[in-house]
Amino acid sequence: MRYKSSVAWVVALWLFATCLSVAAEPIRIGSKNFPESDLLAEIAAQLLEANGYEVERMFGLGGTLICYEALTNGEIDLYPEYTGTLTQSILNIRDDRATLDARLREEGLRLLSNIGFNNSYGITLRKSHAAELGLEKIGDLAQYPGLKVVVSHEFIDREDGWAGLRVSYGLPHEVTGIEHSLAYRALQDGAIDVTEAYTTDAEIEVFDLMVLTDDKRFFPKYFAAPLVRADLDVQVIELLGELANTISDSKMQALNAQIVFDKKNEREVAADFLRPMLGSRGLAAEFALPNWGSDLVRNTLRHLQLTGAALLAAVVVGLGLSLLVYTNKGLANGVIYVCGLMQTIPSIALLALMIPLFGIGITSAIIALFMYSLLPIVRNAVTGLVNVDPVLVRVATALGLSARERLRHVLVPIALPSIFAGIRTAAVISIGTATLAAFIGAGGLGDPIMSGLSRVDVNLILQGAIPAAVLAIVTELLFEVIEKRAAKRS
Amino acid sequence: MNCVDFDCVAKSFDGVVVFAGIEVGCPLGETTAIVGASGSGKTTLLQLVNGLLTPDSGEVRVFGEPIPHDGLEQFRRAIGYAVQGAGLFPHLTAKANVCLVANLEQWSPDSVDERFLQLLDEMELPEEVALRYPRELSGGQQQRLGLCRALMLRPKLLLLDEPFSAVDPITRVGIYERFEHVKSKEGVSGLLVTHDLREAKRLAEYLIILQGGVVQQHGQTQAVLNQPANDYVASLVASQLA
Repeated sequence: MRYKSSVAWVVALWLFATCLSVAAEPIRIGSKNFPESDLLAEIAAQLLEANGYEVERMFGLGGTLICYEALTNGEIDLYPEYTGTLTQSILNIRDDRATLDARLREEGLRLLSNIGFNNSYGITLRKSHAAELGLEKIGDLAQYPGLKVVVSHEFIDREDGWAGLRVSYGLPHEVTGIEHSLAYRALQDGAIDVTEAYTTDAEIEVFDLMVLTDDKRFFPKYFAAPLVRADLDVQVIELLGELANTISDSKMQALNAQIVFDKKNEREVAADFLRPMLGSRGLAAEFALPNWGSDLVRNTLRHLQLTGAALLAAVVVGLGLSLLVYTNKGLANGVIYVCGLMQTIPSIALLALMIPLFGIGITSAIIALFMYSLLPIVRNAVTGLVNVDPVLVRVATALGLSARERLRHVLVPIALPSIFAGIRTAAVISIGTATLAAFIGAGGLGDPIMSGLSRVDVNLILQGAIPAAVLAIVTELLFEVIEKRAAKRS
Repeated sequence: MNCVDFDCVAKSFDGVVVFAGIEVGCPLGETTAIVGASGSGKTTLLQLVNGLLTPDSGEVRVFGEPIPHDGLEQFRRAIGYAVQGAGLFPHLTAKANVCLVANLEQWSPDSVDERFLQLLDEMELPEEVALRYPRELSGGQQQRLGLCRALMLRPKLLLLDEPFSAVDPITRVGIYERFEHVKSKEGVSGLLVTHDLREAKRLAEYLIILQGGVVQQHGQTQAVLNQPANDYVASLVASQLA
């Protein structure tokens, strides 16, 4: 009797703990910053929610590198990935599934069954233009070295992108980079001649484009599938398995068209897609579509939080550092040099470097912004302190002020306008750069800008860009007022 | 008894010798003028007195005591210091400039005010200047405030690094008068660095003539002027006082 009741207790406790852990640990789903990735991630999210799981959406992360880093670092539990991207771009291995699965196992990851479609790369141009030049195959491009080839930044450097393609086909063109979604516009306007396409892009149909035949079979297959951490709950993996072979090439193109051309929200599209599949289970709940006003407030507050925290830290550290080193010219130059070096790291790269150290999300973003803010603060503070009239420093010393008193009562107040100018520059730079924080899931006004860019939705872009510009201007004015007040006093 | 003694003091910068071994004293209760051309080392000599510079060898004594290694701030607060152009801090009002160190010394507000007003009175400065910033004041007013600041803590020794040379001759005469008045009233000894022998004759009881880091002559002002010890001093006297 006693034995039985204690077993019952243990079982009850275990169940309770399991429930708790399900409730306490949401499944974190990432996506790359283009509509198809967002949609697939949203479908996975709603599928899990319909089955009682709590989900955290970390969508629109800045590209393959950041998603993969986030997954291997346990910052997210899954994101939609493509087989070809894994074999060619990330792991650099032979393009067959057995090799891929074995290699992923070593990394502690698992690629689930293919969702169905193959979203390969293709080289595309206007149908009329292709007919005019008599182009059919990728190799034909070699006869027209004057064609203006502009491709996405990621594509330029990928081994399965232009870097490999030009070698394989002997293409002589000089390529430049452009945001993928903008390339179609440029193609239509005739500003560029050739770009790369994802073969499930809705634009191919809508803009009447031709995808050149890859007769050398250069591009591998890019089957989409959920890429998950191997330690993900088995039941979750099983559930995601339901997505296997549910979306064909043409179906994916149609779904993409709903987002890009019908301007539907991916939540709606995902729900419409899932409803027949879920049948009696039904969707978790009717979700609220994003609301323009509340989004604006949330994004702006987050933006202020990111820049405010970074700026505050940079002021404290930057000024502290300046006070420590300004008397030593060599040391001061060294510090300024190091700060300058940090400034030269491209923001996306810096954000990516942050992930292994601080994960994705606001901590990484704040630290990256902090590093960018240091240079203007340190440089201006050191310059301000060094340029204080040496006679005044001598007088202060001769009057019997200690080093600390000289700093507090003479040097810092006199250098204040310069120090302030540095903080002001750092603040404005931070507000601009913080829009990139959206790449690592830190939110802010970059969120609407990034999704607007990938959907060619000017409205959405402006929802981020206008408030960001207003913030920058308000900050400028605020500093101007403070500076004027300070100037009046001195 | 001297207020300052230079005892075999040597000083060089980056291998360039300024003094090889100066041996001279400044009498207590008097103003000693250190006169010399630019580069004669007169400012360096002054800065050895309040520890802005340290001698390579030899010893500087102030009121018979060597300059302390620790507590240099307290030591300096007992010595007034005024420079050419006044060197007022631009971000502080006239009053804040003059009273800065008294406030750091945590004088009571009443005693700060009392001393400040007394100095304004002695230097014949109107009370309105108290809340003005240096750039709102004339050169003469700035210079007088520089002297007020040097005198604020009632020092027994004043170091003056050409404090009168940046103002016009008419204003200068006014400041001379105020300086002489305040000096006798406060009973302070002074070391005045100047290149102007007439100024030295007017303000100093004792003269040190410096050239190339070497004391050419020292003694009571009248004695030096009447009996130059060598050609350099004679030509200096002849050219400036003729």
